[in-house]
Amino acid sequence: MTSEIALPTDNYLTHTRGLWSWLFTLDHKRIGVMYLITITTAFLLGGIMAMLVRTELMYPNHPPAAQAKTMTLVPREVMSKDAYNKSFTLHGAVMIFLFILPGIPAAFGNFVLPIMLGAKDVAFPRLNLASLWLLWIGLVFFLIVLVFGQLDTGWTFYTPYSTSTETAVIPAVAGAFILGFSSIFTGLNFIVTIHTMRPPGMTWFKMPLFLWGLYGTALIQVLATPVLGITLALLAVERIFGLGIFDPKLGGDPVLFQHFFWFYSHPAVYIMILPAMGIISELITVFSHKHIFGYKFIAFSSIAIALLGFLVWGHHMFTSGQSILASMIFSVLTFSVSIPSAIKVFNWITSMYKGSISLATPMCYALMFIFLFGIGGLTGLFLGALATDMHLHNTYFLVAHFHYVMFGGTAVAFLGALHYWWPKMTGRMYSDFWGRVAVMLIFIGFNLTFIPQFLMGTHGMTRRYFDYSFLADAHPEIATYNLISSLGSLVLAVGLFIIPVYLIKSLISGRKAPANPWGGATLEWQCSSPPPFDNFPEQPVVGDPYDFSRIEYDEKIDGYVRV
Amino acid sequence: MSNLSPPEAHENSEHSAFLAHHFESHKQQFAAGKLGMWIFLLTEILLFGGVFCAYAVYRSNHPEIFEWAHRFLDKFLGAINTTVLIASSFTMAWAVRAAQKNQTRLCTVLLAVTLLGGCGFLGIKFVEYKSKWEEGLMVAHYFKPTPEALEHIKHLEADTAHLKSKPEEIPRNAGIFFSIYFCMTGLHGLHVIAGMSAIGWVLVRSAKGQFSSAYFGPVDYVGLYWHLVDLIWIYLFPLLYLIH
Repeated sequence: MTSEIALPTDNYLTHTRGLWSWLFTLDHKRIGVMYLITITTAFLLGGIMAMLVRTELMYPNHPPAAQAKTMTLVPREVMSKDAYNKSFTLHGAVMIFLFILPGIPAAFGNFVLPIMLGAKDVAFPRLNLASLWLLWIGLVFFLIVLVFGQLDTGWTFYTPYSTSTETAVIPAVAGAFILGFSSIFTGLNFIVTIHTMRPPGMTWFKMPLFLWGLYGTALIQVLATPVLGITLALLAVERIFGLGIFDPKLGGDPVLFQHFFWFYSHPAVYIMILPAMGIISELITVFSHKHIFGYKFIAFSSIAIALLGFLVWGHHMFTSGQSILASMIFSVLTFSVSIPSAIKVFNWITSMYKGSISLATPMCYALMFIFLFGIGGLTGLFLGALATDMHLHNTYFLVAHFHYVMFGGTAVAFLGALHYWWPKMTGRMYSDFWGRVAVMLIFIGFNLTFIPQFLMGTHGMTRRYFDYSFLADAHPEIATYNLISSLGSLVLAVGLFIIPVYLIKSLISGRKAPANPWGGATLEWQCSSPPPFDNFPEQPVVGDPYDFSRIEYDEKIDGYVRV
Repeated sequence: MSNLSPPEAHENSEHSAFLAHHFESHKQQFAAGKLGMWIFLLTEILLFGGVFCAYAVYRSNHPEIFEWAHRFLDKFLGAINTTVLIASSFTMAWAVRAAQKNQTRLCTVLLAVTLLGGCGFLGIKFVEYKSKWEEGLMVAHYFKPTPEALEHIKHLEADTAHLKSKPEEIPRNAGIFFSIYFCMTGLHGLHVIAGMSAIGWVLVRSAKGQFSSAYFGPVDYVGLYWHLVDLIWIYLFPLLYLIH
């Protein structure tokens, strides 16, 4: 099977061999692949924690008298309180710091950003490798906590609890600090690469929209992450030396920690969602075989989200004793973020209008993203409004909203990107049938898990409860919602576990991938699958990244070619 | 810091020996390195932003603590350190110019002088820290000023007479000042050490004659970093030592 610019004997996977050639490679593609493996492992780890939490919450620990003899699927109490605290804390910390934050930019961004620019590599390849190593070191810290330690602060490390608890706060904070540096270096690298290494002819508005998403992401990584760094450093110093900055006994202010923390962690959710939106922009247009609608609006809305995201951190603190005036301003600003987000959604839908849509697996993920992100975004409005937030703050409504945006949004886009670029990364096609089966299971399982959580949140179920028996006595429906949610998470887990099965099978016996299996017009589809070591033997021709008029399906190679 | 050093050079010609394989030209490589450095400096400013912000919050909430406690800091040593750092920034800027003009020896000497300036700064800082330790002027939890230290600030010259707070009245939670003092100067001190390591690295490379008018990027980037370290101190000195 040949492709346009075929280099069947030498590609980035076979260019050099041996473990060392991977661990010390400077090639952005190999670094991207290693990121992908690490991040998927973290996703598995965080997922196991989530399943433990859901299993514990499947039933209230003490049944009402009438149901005392009812059979249950699992014991009412599957773990100790401490194990439960550790599970939800590490679920949050691992998923945030090791999966969602680095997920799309570090794995897929690294792999495709230079290729989309027609470049040989990112601007600073060694810095790139260093940031991967930092990710590994950060992962080790979390593994140490997981295996040897106890942690019960939640992923937010709020003071004064985090400065007084006896658990392993310092290793966890050190891990997050190191992961922050990894994130900063990736962002720095991407900004410089996009500024200085675009090929002749590729103006800012001829860049693929994924790069605009990555650019907005990188801005936040660079501008927000250092603040997390100093916050966590101060927390550690406070614990070790009795600094007192966050300790009211010594004249400090614990709410200052919350300000510092959310000054990073709110923009950080845009680090998580912006690259995902970039992915969706690519998928929608490629699988509709139609030019993107409203290119500039989508591009600028990425930057608008990145900048507005810095001004809304106070909406995490409506109940923390913040002044009413500050809360009102933060609330208004929070609503303003929905404008650029909605601009994107409308443009995606318009891009599909009258397109020739093919429902391949990546497109199914893109459609799922629009649906789930829509729910996630709209439920966010209830939390951004002051009056309703008083009722919903820190309930499962918040948990469900967050998961609709982060899992339904970012993780789904991550899976979409995985299925979109898998043929490019590995040179193999996977089974589209099983891909779509997994999509259906994930969609059903996800909604089964989280729709009940909206309901139980409005009924008063607060997050981080170990035992909600007292609630279930008064409101029996809360027990029902929890049961449905836990069963739904099982369906979700089954859907997710199908993916590695058919992907690994594709490596062994999958059909060889053509250079352009989907009909994409961005540059990465011009080089062979998998790409050669130097990406392009000669400088590729740069054109409109969404002009599909000259790309046609070729039956002989079961892929698309330029005509 | 910047990452544009030589090894993977493919060609043998003198000019391309330090051009990494993924760049088209020296110009592109320099532009990338410089932009990268500026962005890195931005992250450093935001890192310090956290402690500056903490300073602003506590100073506006408890001005009396800051006014009372700053008397313990030695203005004279602080001023000397400011001068030392500004002078070292000057020699650093001169070293960049020397590298650009192919004056390799001069560049090496100036880098060495800059490094000495860094050592001098840290030496004086050590003397200050040591006296704070001996006087019991530690972070909030361990803040137990010795009688001698308290006696000492009563006899300072007239220049503190205009202050509203009285030396003999210790404000509540006064230790928070030293928490902030050690955080800010400690973080800055770590950056001085990092900057000195970077200067040491370009010093070695300069001594090997690797820099020229065609390739002087690393000296330039390290110079930018050193100026930032200097600049932060220029803010720290009045904020901590010269409170009115």
